[in-house]
Amino acid sequence: MRIRGRAWRLGDHITTDHIIPGRLKYKVRTLEEMRQYVFNDLIPGFSERVRPNDVIVAGRNFGYGSSREHAARLLKLVGVGAVVAESFARIFYRNAINVGLPLVEARVEAEDGDEMEVDLREGTVRNLSKGTEESFKPFPPMIMSLLEEGGIESYYKRHGKLPWE
Amino acid sequence: MGGTMTEKILSSKLGRDVEAGEHVIVNVDLVYAHDGTAPLAIDVLEGLGFDSVSGSVVFTVDHAAPAPHAEAAALHIQMRTFASRHGIRIFDVGNGISHQVIPEAGLVRPGMVVLGADSHTVTLGAYGAFATGVGSTDAAIAMARGRIWLRVPETMAITVKGALEDGVMAKDVILEIIGRLGSDGANYKAVEFLGSVVEEMSVDSRAVLSNMSVEMGAKVGLVPADGVTLRWLGDRGVEAEPLQPDPHADYRDEIVFNAREIQPNVALPGNVDNVRPVEEVEGVDVNEVFIGSCSGGRFEDFLQAARVLRGNRVKKGVRCIAAPASKEVYVTLIESGILAELTGAGCVIGPPTCGPCIGAHMGVLGPEEVVVSTSTRNFPGRMGHPSSQIYLASPLTAAATAVRGQLTDPRRLLS
Repeated sequence: MRIRGRAWRLGDHITTDHIIPGRLKYKVRTLEEMRQYVFNDLIPGFSERVRPNDVIVAGRNFGYGSSREHAARLLKLVGVGAVVAESFARIFYRNAINVGLPLVEARVEAEDGDEMEVDLREGTVRNLSKGTEESFKPFPPMIMSLLEEGGIESYYKRHGKLPWE
Repeated sequence: MGGTMTEKILSSKLGRDVEAGEHVIVNVDLVYAHDGTAPLAIDVLEGLGFDSVSGSVVFTVDHAAPAPHAEAAALHIQMRTFASRHGIRIFDVGNGISHQVIPEAGLVRPGMVVLGADSHTVTLGAYGAFATGVGSTDAAIAMARGRIWLRVPETMAITVKGALEDGVMAKDVILEIIGRLGSDGANYKAVEFLGSVVEEMSVDSRAVLSNMSVEMGAKVGLVPADGVTLRWLGDRGVEAEPLQPDPHADYRDEIVFNAREIQPNVALPGNVDNVRPVEEVEGVDVNEVFIGSCSGGRFEDFLQAARVLRGNRVKKGVRCIAAPASKEVYVTLIESGILAELTGAGCVIGPPTCGPCIGAHMGVLGPEEVVVSTSTRNFPGRMGHPSSQIYLASPLTAAATAVRGQLTDPRRLLS
C-alpha cells in the first residue's frame, strides 16, 4: 500500500483539539458539517487546501488529548493519506487504525509542499523533493489488513468477522 | 518475579500469566460512553449491523447537559432511544460525570477491566480497575462482543514519599509529576501510584491522580485497592477484595517524588506539562474561575475551596463557577451547608456536568479571557475562544484566585 502526496509540516504535541476543536462537537452534528473546521485554528482553510493522499508530518505525541474518534475520522474524510510523526498518543493511534488512517512512526525531514511517498508494506517514508528516506517497522499482519481494507467497518462488512475473531 | 497490578488483573482475566508487550483478547466487565462519544458508537453499531449489546453497558448524558441547544438535545434523544431499545442503563441529565457517577453507583470493583469512550476513563484506576479510554469504534465493538484486543502495557511505578503540607492537594501532586515526565512521559504505559502520600489520600484525591495520568499518555493509572478503597466501595454496597502489586513487581520505570518538594502548582496555558509553582507566577489577572469537572468537582474539592471562600468574597468582576461532579456530590454539599457558603461568597452553582471543561456550555470564555480551572486540560480554545487562556490548578488555588481576582498561592489565605 503506497501513499503519495504533498507534506503538511506540523510540530510537537498536536492535540485532538487542534485537529477538531472539541467545543464544535456539540454544535455541529455530522462529520460532513465538521470537516470544514479541521486544523482551522492552526492552518486556516486546511480542509479546502488539502488534496487526496497528502501526508501530515509532525513531531512528538501527535493526537494527544481526547478519545473523540472524530479527529481520526475527519483527517481521513478530508483526504489525508497518512500521518508521519515521531510518536503518537495512544488512543488516537488506536482510533486511526480502526478507521483505516495509516500512522507511521518515523522522524523525517519535510517542509510544506514537499512530495512524500509512504510505503506501508515496505516500511519506508521518502521525501521525494529532498531525496531522503527513513524506514519504519512495518505493521503486524492484523493491523496491515485493517489499513488495507480501510478500517474495521469495511473489514467487517467484507469478512463478516473482526480481524481477531 | 512478581506482578504489577496491571499484570495481575489481566492474568486473572485470562487465567494465565501475561507479560508486558503481548497482545491479548480480554473480556470487558463494563463499557461506557457519553453524549460526546455514544452517538458515534451507536452509528458504528448500526453500521456494522450489530443488533444487540452484550455485557454491561452504561450511557451517561454529561458533556452538554442539560442540552444547551437543539443539536445536543438531538444527540441525547438518540442515546435515550437506543438505550431503551437495548436495555442499556442510562444516567441522564443531572446525574453527573461518568467517571464519578459510575463508581458511586457501585458499578466498579478492583480487578475489573473497564473501557470508556472518554480519555479520562483512567479515573477508575483509583478504584483498582484496569480502566482505559477508547474511541467510539472500540467502544462499539466491546459493547457488541463483550471483548476487546489489548496490548499489555509496561508499568511505571510512581512513588510519592513523605506527607503533603497544608495547602497542597492531589492536583498539585499530579501536576508536579506531569511537569517532570512531560505530556508523553508515560505514553502507552500503565502507571501505578504508590507511597505514603497516596496511602494517606482519600478516594477523592486518588481519583485526581488516576484521572490526570492520561495527560502524560498513560493507558491506565492505578492506585492499590486498600482499606480506604474497600470502605468507600462498601458504603455503596460493593463487596470487593483488596488488590495490590506484588512486593517484587517488575516495573519498567520507578520514579520517586518527595512530598516536601511539592508546592501548589499551576499548568500554564497551552499544555498540561507546562507546570510551575503558583508562587512563581502569581498575579495573573483572571476573568473566570471554574471549580468542577472529573478532576476537581468532588466533595473534598469543594470542602477545600470553602476553606478559602468562607469569610471572603469572590472578587468583583470575576465569575466563579462551581459545578459538582455528580448528584451525590451536589446533595452532600447541600446537606453540609457548603453550597450555601459557596453561593454566599459569590459563586455561581452549576448542575453536575462536564460543560465548562470542554467549552460546551456555561462559562464559555470570550476572546482573550483568562480562567483558572480545576479541570483536566488547558489546550488553546478548549473552554471557548481560541485566544482565551486556561491555567490548571487545585481547588484551593482556584478559590484563592477567585478571592483575589488574580492567580494566588492559596497558602496566603490559609492560616
